[in-house]
Amino acid sequence: MRARFLGPMMIAAAALLEAAPAPPQAPAQAPAYRAPRTKDGKPNLNGIWQAVNEANWDLEGHGAAPGPFWQLGAEFSVPPGMGIVEGGPIPYKPEALQKRKANFANRMNLDPEIKCYLPGVPRAMYMPYPFQIVQSTDPIMMVFEYAGAVRTVYMKKQPAPADSWMGWSNGRWEGETLVIDTTDFNDLSWFDRSGNFHSDALHVVERITALAPNHLNYEATIEDPKVFTRPWKISMPLYRRIEKNAQVLEFKCVEFAEDFIYGALRKVPLK
Amino acid sequence: MHQRVLAASVGIAALALALTVVLLAQVPAAAQAPKAATPAATKPAPATKAAPAAKAWTVPRTPEGVPDLQGYWTNNSYTPLERPNGVTKEFYTLEELRQVEKKNAEREEEQTTPGTVADVHYDFTQFGLDRSQTRLADNLRTSVITNPENGKLPPVTPEGQKRAADRAAERKKQGAQYDQVQNIPIGSRCVWMNAGPPMMPPGYNPAYQIVQSPGYVTILVEMLHETRVIPTDGRPHAPAGVRSWMGDPKGHWEGDTLVVETTNFNDKVAFRGASENMKVTERFTRTSDDAIRYEFTVDDPSTWERAWKGEMPFVKIGGPIFEHACNEGNYGIANTLAGARKEEKKAAEEAAKKISTK
Repeated sequence: MRARFLGPMMIAAAALLEAAPAPPQAPAQAPAYRAPRTKDGKPNLNGIWQAVNEANWDLEGHGAAPGPFWQLGAEFSVPPGMGIVEGGPIPYKPEALQKRKANFANRMNLDPEIKCYLPGVPRAMYMPYPFQIVQSTDPIMMVFEYAGAVRTVYMKKQPAPADSWMGWSNGRWEGETLVIDTTDFNDLSWFDRSGNFHSDALHVVERITALAPNHLNYEATIEDPKVFTRPWKISMPLYRRIEKNAQVLEFKCVEFAEDFIYGALRKVPLK
Repeated sequence: MHQRVLAASVGIAALALALTVVLLAQVPAAAQAPKAATPAATKPAPATKAAPAAKAWTVPRTPEGVPDLQGYWTNNSYTPLERPNGVTKEFYTLEELRQVEKKNAEREEEQTTPGTVADVHYDFTQFGLDRSQTRLADNLRTSVITNPENGKLPPVTPEGQKRAADRAAERKKQGAQYDQVQNIPIGSRCVWMNAGPPMMPPGYNPAYQIVQSPGYVTILVEMLHETRVIPTDGRPHAPAGVRSWMGDPKGHWEGDTLVVETTNFNDKVAFRGASENMKVTERFTRTSDDAIRYEFTVDDPSTWERAWKGEMPFVKIGGPIFEHACNEGNYGIANTLAGARKEEKKAAEEAAKKISTK
């Protein structure tokens, strides 16, 4: 077994060294896989991708739970998940943990997803919808189905003009890995439907590496000294939507959220 | 106009977005501000900058070898979709165009006059809500419509007229504009603005970014952070049941021109009264380092007696494009609805008072 694996791995490793003269900061997953290249010689991450996990319900491990309204029965109940946080619970500061609990208690009013607000980062990456990586030399865009959210990753570093929901992303290649440094968030987005949150001091560093033709490894280090005692990390695979006709479709959810947001102000109340 | 008066009567500061709708070229009737009074602003490739019939210029290409349309662009313009009444020619002279632009800019600037209702809520200059703050995509045409040759939409079919009447009746049944959020124009509600297709210039934020990856051309529209991801690999349209505001775009290259055919619209877009069967064919041709020629054909036999065409340029601007989070900050809707409810309450109280004093 071992002997058989060694050969290809060494070849792949050699190829990696050849392709990446700058010593790559060995990504945690140390992929032996070498992604196909774009015409400009970079790992080709183009495609439609999707997380297949339950992080959007709760980043941390959780059991199944009922949905918010009994009328919905089993539909829209919470699927159980192992969680994607590495190394134990999210390291909240004590007062922040209180806020997280309050968020959870009032999540059906407060979760920005209910209002079709922009999801922020990293939440956009693991919502249960596909997104497309549109990779030119510069920029690399990510187009999300949910709410038509979009990220522009500048490969030539640009300063953020102001705070925003999706933050300001500057990217760079480290060998096989696309490293994205995102700052200048506002403090309004959440990480999931469970009230996990951040402040405007959020700083996210993502590392995206192809594991195989149809799989990416995604990890993000989350730093926010106002909310957490230390940086912490999430990781998960992203799967290519390999259907021949796969497409990121239009999911404009604003219309669906309007009565939630403005319903109390109707002339004729909702029944 | 209408919006401003209403806001005043409601007695609150209405939202900027309401104004968007007034300014948006594609919004029917109301949007067509003072029609005859404001000749179309268009403008030509200004002899000044636009590559003087470039000798050596060749279309730049992406690493994949297709024409490179990438960068930041604008179609910012005062040119109306339809030729204004009283204008009989197809093109202005550059001098006439500048006059038209000036007049339009002045009209927009009136809204910054201190002490006026329009000035209550926005400082147009501060928030970039007027077109004069962005580069204009010069277009000498007196209308975006190039065909019919009179620059006007073709006659509406009986079916189209009936649909328009039905839609109007349906709207009326829903009550007044501020009875519920659903009665407010979709632009103000951050649902659909100028991504089209066809991509008409908005009243402000007329910026676009084109990014190309193998087999795709992607257009980011600043307004509402809309993104059109256009596959160019020859795949068929989505099944008929997959309908949306921006439709289903499928592209291909014809020589150096990107041709995008969009179908599968929902029945709510109703662009200029169109049905969900509308088909829009767009042609993007890079004509210089500085410009893209944008042509489109709108084909909907159930609405118009014939297909109609339009044309306008996109010209280069600097970037980057900042996030346009619209729904997330749409306080104007809540404020406007709350104002309307308050006014109703006040009117009811006054009516009750009158009765009791009788």
